[in-house]
Amino acid sequence: MQEEKAFAKTGACAVRKTEGIPLRKILSRIYLIFIFILLYAPIAVLIVFSFNSSRTRAKWGGWTLQWYVRMFQDAAIMAALRNTLIIALLSALIATLLGLMASVSLLNMKHKKRSVVLSLIDIPMLNAEIVTGICLMLIFIALGQFLSRWGYTIEFGFATVLIGHITFNLPYTVLSIMPKLRQINTSTYEAALDLGASRWLAFRKVILPDILPGVLSGFMLAFTLSLDDFVITHFTKGPGFDTISTKVYTEVRKGIKPEMYALSTLLFVSILLILLIFGRGPKKKAASEHLSRV
Amino acid sequence: MKNFRRLWLDGPYLLWTAAFIVIPLFTIVYYGLTDKTGAFTWDNILAMGTLERMKALILSLVLSLIATAVCLVMAYPLALILTNLKSGATGFIVSIFIIPMWMNSLLRILAWQTLLERNGVINQILQAMHLPKLYIINTPYAIALGMIYDFLPFMILPIYNSLLKLDPNVVNAAYDLGANRFQTFWKVIFPLTLPGVISGITMVFVPALTTFVISAFLGGSKVLLIGNVIEQQFTQVGDWNIGSGLSLVLMVFILISMAVMQHYDKDIAENKTAL
Repeated sequence: MQEEKAFAKTGACAVRKTEGIPLRKILSRIYLIFIFILLYAPIAVLIVFSFNSSRTRAKWGGWTLQWYVRMFQDAAIMAALRNTLIIALLSALIATLLGLMASVSLLNMKHKKRSVVLSLIDIPMLNAEIVTGICLMLIFIALGQFLSRWGYTIEFGFATVLIGHITFNLPYTVLSIMPKLRQINTSTYEAALDLGASRWLAFRKVILPDILPGVLSGFMLAFTLSLDDFVITHFTKGPGFDTISTKVYTEVRKGIKPEMYALSTLLFVSILLILLIFGRGPKKKAASEHLSRV
Repeated sequence: MKNFRRLWLDGPYLLWTAAFIVIPLFTIVYYGLTDKTGAFTWDNILAMGTLERMKALILSLVLSLIATAVCLVMAYPLALILTNLKSGATGFIVSIFIIPMWMNSLLRILAWQTLLERNGVINQILQAMHLPKLYIINTPYAIALGMIYDFLPFMILPIYNSLLKLDPNVVNAAYDLGANRFQTFWKVIFPLTLPGVISGITMVFVPALTTFVISAFLGGSKVLLIGNVIEQQFTQVGDWNIGSGLSLVLMVFILISMAVMQHYDKDIAENKTAL
């Protein structure tokens, strides 16, 4: 756009513009479509296979919904689905609450202290997932060894996975809430205090409505990330506890069953719906800006 | 009273950060530098020196560098095209290319396994067209392809964002001063979007270097990356000391790439203030 504006300015270049643009435009359309197909064709194939009535992938046996029926009848898959949803909901809720507290308290901190604490919170976002997963696994192992002196044990399962998810969600919720909180005019809050409101009431009635979009998008981001996570769950879960991702991983290593395609399709479609319904733009922008700032 | 209130607000998340982010990092260093009895040792770090592990590490480095380079070459033109779109649906079109970033990477790699198999979709299409079949599943090529596919959106987004922030007047000035397209791109646009490029590189390189899912699905059990070696130490062998030692070696590479990013970012900041 900028280039074309520049050409339009000078008469000499305007000639070049009329000659050059159509071909460029066609090429760039082709390139867009090429990348689009590259990104989505594999997903489409996976979805189509979830309706294939033939058990082997080598053959197309006609359309069927039987894998979806079987999936819903499979107790292990349903348990994994339930775990995934509960973990996603709880971890997003707790991470949002912690993130809200962190944002409010960070804003009151001195600049230097704030940037130190903020970069500590950001570690799980910047670090490799495998390292975060291993770190969490080790702290639970170490804690278990420590507690065993008094006869306590730490069981890897729901609680450890939940803690892991809250930990990697925390930076994202802080990231969504902090910018909104920064924009707020503190004098309205002070006015509320002057008029006799308690701190909590003033926060609830004056500040919270303004930052609510940030809080909600933080929650949705955390929910989506938790729903999608595999690596952290893989290291913090115990035997017998599965989420959809870990279930798919173990099943695929044994050999793919068509039910897994049905399950994958279900997860893809729900994530896509969440992303389309709760606008995707600003928070991701914030995420990458944040990353480039660090 | 005020102190109490502060404690109530600060306490939970500071405690959480300490317990589950900071202390675990010390734990991995502790495990990596001690043996089973708790005595100090370098052995777990030196355990990286075996032929198999060095091969895995070097392969990981090579493949993730290739994947990063290909992603950059593919993503920059795309980001340029997206920035220049003059359609009412620009926001929607851009999000189409970014959304896969938030979709389960495990499943997206599973899809490629289905495509690349010996009797997979691609080979059936090739066969129908009487073309030679493609046998790249369970080879490093398939893993590189999976990396490029999986991490491409992570390169598109930061470059697109930095192109959006680019001041059009700067580009116009370059043209007014007689620069051609090529010069304007290399002397003005590209340098100014370098922070986005660098953060894209980090967002692709680090996950590609440390992945174990892509190699598990597309490399069979034949091709091991360093991520698989470490993952096996923890989930199959159960030797946490060696696993931690190997992770520490891996973390050196992660830290180097982050340091590079920070270095470039600072330079950029200086250049900008100089302008």
